[in-house]
Amino acid sequence: MSDVETMNDELLLDIYRRANLVYQSDEKMRNLILSGSLQILYYSPRGQEILAAALMAALNADDYLVTTYRGIHDQLAKGIPSSDLWAEFAGKGNGTCKGKGGPMHITHPETGVMVTTGIVGSGMPIANGLALSSQLEGDGKVTVVCFGDAASNIGAFHESLNMAQIWKLPVVFVCQNNLYGEHTPVALSTGCDELIDRAPGYGIRAVQVNGNDAFAMYGAAKAAVDHARAGNGPTFIEAKTFRFFGHLLGDDSHYIPAEEMAAAKAADPIPAYRAALLDRQITEATLDAIDAQIAEEVEAASAHALASDYPDPAELRRDVFEKEIAA
Amino acid sequence: MSEQAVKQPPAMTFGQAINMAMDEAMALDRRVIMMGEDIADDQGGGVFGATKGLSAKYGVDRVRTTPISEQAIVGAAVGAALAGYRPVAEIMLMNFVTVAMDQIVNHAAKLRFMSGGQTSVPLTIRTATGAGVGFGGQHSDMLEAWFAHVPGLKVATASNPADAKGLLLSCILDNDPCIFIENSASYGVSGPAAEPGARVPLGKAAVAREGEDVTVIGYGPPIAHALAVAEEMQADGISVEVLDLRTIAPFDVEGVLASVRKTRRAVVVHEAVRAFGVGAEVSSVIHENLFDDLKAPVQRVGSAFAPVPFSPVLEQAFLYQRQDIADAVLKAVKH
Repeated sequence: MSDVETMNDELLLDIYRRANLVYQSDEKMRNLILSGSLQILYYSPRGQEILAAALMAALNADDYLVTTYRGIHDQLAKGIPSSDLWAEFAGKGNGTCKGKGGPMHITHPETGVMVTTGIVGSGMPIANGLALSSQLEGDGKVTVVCFGDAASNIGAFHESLNMAQIWKLPVVFVCQNNLYGEHTPVALSTGCDELIDRAPGYGIRAVQVNGNDAFAMYGAAKAAVDHARAGNGPTFIEAKTFRFFGHLLGDDSHYIPAEEMAAAKAADPIPAYRAALLDRQITEATLDAIDAQIAEEVEAASAHALASDYPDPAELRRDVFEKEIAA
Repeated sequence: MSEQAVKQPPAMTFGQAINMAMDEAMALDRRVIMMGEDIADDQGGGVFGATKGLSAKYGVDRVRTTPISEQAIVGAAVGAALAGYRPVAEIMLMNFVTVAMDQIVNHAAKLRFMSGGQTSVPLTIRTATGAGVGFGGQHSDMLEAWFAHVPGLKVATASNPADAKGLLLSCILDNDPCIFIENSASYGVSGPAAEPGARVPLGKAAVAREGEDVTVIGYGPPIAHALAVAEEMQADGISVEVLDLRTIAPFDVEGVLASVRKTRRAVVVHEAVRAFGVGAEVSSVIHENLFDDLKAPVQRVGSAFAPVPFSPVLEQAFLYQRQDIADAVLKAVKH
């Protein structure tokens, strides 16, 4: 399924850049939160960076994305400018959403990020509507919707896969299966052994992939996106991955067996991908230069966010409706 | 002059008016699309026939019969609206809307705000309901207060076919999410026909009858009862003004206050359960603004605090009655 052959250095470095932007941003975010500089609920994507980077590299800039509250990896990898995203995470008036959405509700239509939902599974019905608009409009866009393993237990998942398939919508459902829904392992919450087993009942094209393998993930995503763009309908991708910092930053992951966590960290996709690129004769110097550039970007974006002003309280009256509410 | 020679103004039913609004909207804007259970002509044009003829005229791509999946229907409407479409989702009955509350409350209502105005959700949800027709507890509820309580949603309903047409057209062309409530028992009820192209602005109440002594404020079917009560009271020398809110949220505060400032007495009536209803909000706004002018406390009329029962005797005992409006008017006047 992976088209390793067709993945040239430019593409591989693009994925590297996206993944490490997420990696470094997440590290900075955790540090600022744990040091008390930033007081937000934070759902770290540490461990899921490669999945998001390879997925987003398979999309066009104007393709639509719907994601979920653990979404900063998707948002950065899709291309939301760091400084705007950071300012929104900090609740500042110059954030992507004027500070009115916050980390769980990021929207940035310029990069196709249409909805970030804080409600498990709710992005999927909306993704169908975005895809329907593309189908009717003939604009060639594909909609990708990301969600976790636990979302496959909620009704909206089932309604959405069914509707997408009967209408042959250009949508790709990406289940980022990090093996735990909040604190509960998939095996305790899900009646089938593999989440991909849910797809055949809806007649939907389905692929299971190691989401932490950039080559496999990119291949699966590209095939699904091409399939959708060609008018052949939706795909369900189950991308296996893992998260290293629990559900919500601050939880101690006590519910994850130590051996499982150790094995996942030993297979950390970030150094693994770097090693894979070095194997392909991409130089240390090239990768270091990208890392340094990202470090500068993250430093500037976080400083910008912390230094920016909070929104004007009058914002409360704006955007409730199209017309501003009277004071 | 013989009776035949009297020129009757053209009439239309609620069903025709609602159909006309959607037909006009679809003709006006290719991005108006319909989604709902059984709404295409092959499936009957909707359970109440409201979308009859539209799929034949505009195609099944634009008038889409859906699975019975209310979350998926409303969610798809939200998504299409985010991309610039003006979807009209028919949720057959208001109780079924509860299944899609997440999409309505957490998404449709809030996405404009939470995105800082980068996106909007110009969608309309049409839904029918109403007690008195033996549909029982899960097919009859009036839940308008639920929606009115959510910032970001607009809620409208009509007391006559011409308003139904004009309000629905305004909802579809509005850039905010609208809930348009239809009355299950009224699709065949006639009234003066709507003018082609005519719209009724959202947020504007209408004086359905002018009066001097007391204002009865309501919306939907109770307006007809209020007008009948006003007619009866006229004989007793009580002059009743009837104010039809038409838009429940956001309601026409200025229109309400202007009327009550004049009459200095008010009765608020709705079919929904009286407790925690829209009437409580309207009543409070009147008291807050006109306390010193009022000659009597604002009276509220609504249905009993119970699920809608099936047995006709119980159902009538549950429902607000025309006599309740008359009693409330008298109570206000004689205070």
